[in-house]
Amino acid sequence: MKKIHSRIHSIVGDVITVRANDISYQELAQIKTVHGKSLAQVIKLDKEDVSLQVFTGSRGISTQDEVVFLGHPMQVPFSENMLGRIFDGSCLPRDNGPSITGDSVDIGGPAVNPAKRIIPNRMIRTNIPMIDVFNSLVVSQKLPIFSVSGEPYNELLARIAMQAEVDVIIIGGIGLKFDQYMFFKETLDKGGALSKSILFVHTASDSVVEGLMIPDLCLATAEKFALGGRDVLVLLSDMTNFADALKEISITMEQVPSNRGYPGDLYSQLAARYEKAVDFENAGSITVLAVTTMPGDDITHPVPDNTGYITEGQLYLRNKRIEPFGSLSRLKQLVNDKTRKDHRAIMDGMIQLYAQYKESQEKRDMGFRMSTWDKKLLKYGAIFEEEMMDLSVNIPVEKALDKGWEILGNCFTPQETKFRTDLIKEFWPK
Amino acid sequence: MNNKNTGYILSISGNMISVKCQGPIIQNELGYILSGEERLKAEVIKIQGDTAYMQVFEDTKGLKVSDVVEFSQEMLSVQLGPGLLGKIYDGLQNPLTVLAADYGFFLPRGVDIDALDKDDVWNFIPIASVDEVVIPGQPLGYVNEGIFKHFIMVPFNLSGDFTVTDIVSKGEYKTRDIVARIKDKGGNQIELDMIFNWPIRIPIDAYKRKLIPQDPFISRVRIIDTFFPIAKGGTYCIPGPFGAGKTVLQQLTSRYAEVDVVIIAACGERAGEVVETLRKFPEITDSRTGKFLMERTIIICNTSSMPVAARDASVYTAATIGEYYRQMGLDVLLLADSTSRWAQAMREVSGRLEEIPGEEAFPAYLESRIARFYERSGVVELISGEKGSLTIGGTVSPAGGNFEEPVTQSTLKVVGAFHGLSRDRANARKFPSIEPLESWSRYKGFIDPDEVKYAQKILFKGNEVNQMMKVLGEEGTSLDDFLIYLKAEFLDGVYLQQNGFDEVDASTSLERQEYMFKKSYLILIAEFSLNDKDEARKIFFELRQLFIDWNYKEWNSEEFKHQEKLIDDFINKQK
Repeated sequence: MKKIHSRIHSIVGDVITVRANDISYQELAQIKTVHGKSLAQVIKLDKEDVSLQVFTGSRGISTQDEVVFLGHPMQVPFSENMLGRIFDGSCLPRDNGPSITGDSVDIGGPAVNPAKRIIPNRMIRTNIPMIDVFNSLVVSQKLPIFSVSGEPYNELLARIAMQAEVDVIIIGGIGLKFDQYMFFKETLDKGGALSKSILFVHTASDSVVEGLMIPDLCLATAEKFALGGRDVLVLLSDMTNFADALKEISITMEQVPSNRGYPGDLYSQLAARYEKAVDFENAGSITVLAVTTMPGDDITHPVPDNTGYITEGQLYLRNKRIEPFGSLSRLKQLVNDKTRKDHRAIMDGMIQLYAQYKESQEKRDMGFRMSTWDKKLLKYGAIFEEEMMDLSVNIPVEKALDKGWEILGNCFTPQETKFRTDLIKEFWPK
Repeated sequence: MNNKNTGYILSISGNMISVKCQGPIIQNELGYILSGEERLKAEVIKIQGDTAYMQVFEDTKGLKVSDVVEFSQEMLSVQLGPGLLGKIYDGLQNPLTVLAADYGFFLPRGVDIDALDKDDVWNFIPIASVDEVVIPGQPLGYVNEGIFKHFIMVPFNLSGDFTVTDIVSKGEYKTRDIVARIKDKGGNQIELDMIFNWPIRIPIDAYKRKLIPQDPFISRVRIIDTFFPIAKGGTYCIPGPFGAGKTVLQQLTSRYAEVDVVIIAACGERAGEVVETLRKFPEITDSRTGKFLMERTIIICNTSSMPVAARDASVYTAATIGEYYRQMGLDVLLLADSTSRWAQAMREVSGRLEEIPGEEAFPAYLESRIARFYERSGVVELISGEKGSLTIGGTVSPAGGNFEEPVTQSTLKVVGAFHGLSRDRANARKFPSIEPLESWSRYKGFIDPDEVKYAQKILFKGNEVNQMMKVLGEEGTSLDDFLIYLKAEFLDGVYLQQNGFDEVDASTSLERQEYMFKKSYLILIAEFSLNDKDEARKIFFELRQLFIDWNYKEWNSEEFKHQEKLIDDFINKQK
């Protein structure tokens, strides 16, 4: 027998309070209003006062609306039928399909025992040279894409989703604009990848509380698939919106803010999500790629800053290109010795030359005289940017390495590149 | 105890609960929340009237107002005894490998497993004899734990003089078997096995006196040992932005530092980083002892997604175990990565207690807590007259890489050495990325301080010339200035930088550092007669290559001597 409470005590922001007994922390409740039903989650218990965050927001809630406690925390009804479907932040269908019935899985489950983790060793091919060659993506890696608004980060995510060799793709949209949501859906549909994808979408017009649920819904579902032996790729866009939602709720709850209004536990909150990335021994894996937009292109902003400390590197998207400096895959050395023996040499060598190109460019801009060597570098840099860095380049890693040698052969003599002699003998274009 | 002191939950917010209780409560007392079948650990951190505020060491999901809390009348403690070495614990000393075997992939909630297996068997050799008067910290006997003598001591949690009334003879005993009986002045008998508990927030003081740290601690990282040395029993900190290589530096130290026991406190950082240590250390042999590294290592692992309150406890757990092994007369190194995450855990708790926040919302007591933690380091003279040391090194992860933030600043006030990492050096792939112009140390190194000072002067001046060149161009710089710049670059390239992934270069012994520094110093003081900058650059480029190749040659090997000859010939040619 579920108890009905029909006296809402206070409504502040998206948080309401009711008086109730025997309520569990983080329990779910349903609120019936004249506009329809909404879920709400217990976020604070103080004697009889129960504070709940309302998923669809508090707009239109009356103090005499009914609140029914459901007796369980937020769950995902897990089933294979979720593949190809689109849900919202309350885990209800967004695509007019039937609702899902299956084993209920609690979201935000316990952490993986570090003693059960293994050292990651498999590469995920994306056919983007700036990732595959220079910052290889590794199964179980958690990697943010740092970017400013206006960069094509969702296009990049969609491309990785289409091309990555994984079993299941889970896309979580937090504060997504409607057209971006449609873009994801159509791209996956056209590319034929929708049938192995699940989308959890919260759009900018939905309430912030629902956005808070998206990463947990994605990751709880991913975890189930991974335990069943599947390799899952989770793509989240945009985690800055998630952090902003955290900020909004914590300010509503009158918590003391730490840095630029963000709650003191921002690091732990982000880490709890990112650390779900894992390679289970003798089962599947979860790899997480998450867009983090940097307000004002400021890397020291609390969200990218905390993220950088949590994740295993980052990809910088700037001027529609993945920047070679600043971008870093901390796990790349675990896999880039297994592709081809010239991989590491090309990776280091081409970037060092590109760094020198940048210096020459700076010198040129300051009006210093250009030597022959400077001119060679300028030529190299332009070709490198066009034929390697451009996001439209779409070739497997082996082809990209060949292309690297071709560019080098085009611009330099072998000695100038300082590559090892045996590699030059084998790979230098004749 | 039948009539246990109990209370019930009044409110829940995050990992903080308030509890109404009947009996007396102790600050930092441990309690258990009874939630269905589960018993969740929590610690009292504030008391007001009959309400206790407790931080819960586990996820609070599903707890209810009016759930019963049972108080233990003890403070949060760790088990001390033989068998700690080689173990992997969480912040509350739950053995993670045992949990993995029993519960699989995920960390269960509300499980309490003995840190030390009561069925472990040790060969006990008595030292004390019947009727001998003993005091806490005095050995009654010892067992051999790996390569160390692990003393079984009169527990530190007793006080006063005791008389040994009974001690077992040499032989094999389980950890929980009684090995000795002692009685106090009142004639009360106390039975002792090989394990006792100690509250983690209280420093162990069962020694004669604390000494000033003076002997150099050899980390085998050249820039540290030569330029910014650490002392045995001293403290140091490594602040740095993300990606600057803090963790790699810590890992190198944990592998190569010349100490007996290493305790790694992975505090609120990525689980992946611990995994590397966890999986590789059992396979790597320690060149000094010939044993596996894991046999001298203890990992306290409370990574970022594990409960926050336990993260706070983890550094104290590590410090307590460190102090315990110091009591054996050993040199212990505690590496805390990262103290910022620990400070953030304090901030989270303080926020939930609605305390008035200090700078960046850190609690006002941040500074004193950090100071107290580092003060647990030190060299001590034990009751036996032997010396033991605990050296503490903590990484700091300053927000935005800005050292002007409260955790870095509070840490700098109390540590003896500062190894600041720089993003610029890391981006330029100069590792270890310790910034030589900003770092400092209060300890004495083993290399002639005048020579070190001279080398540092070159580094400073070289940097100035470099800055100037950026404005005036190479054309506008004098040949003499340019030479200083080249010398600074040379020292940086061949001595300060070290390849952590090369077996030989990753660790440089004391003798080798002395030898190599001398040779590099010769270059720094040498006068070169040069015609122009191109010639200067060419010479230094060659020198650099010669020295770098030398770095990769095994100490005193044939190749090493051969390479040295090449260097000497080259230098003589320039004269």
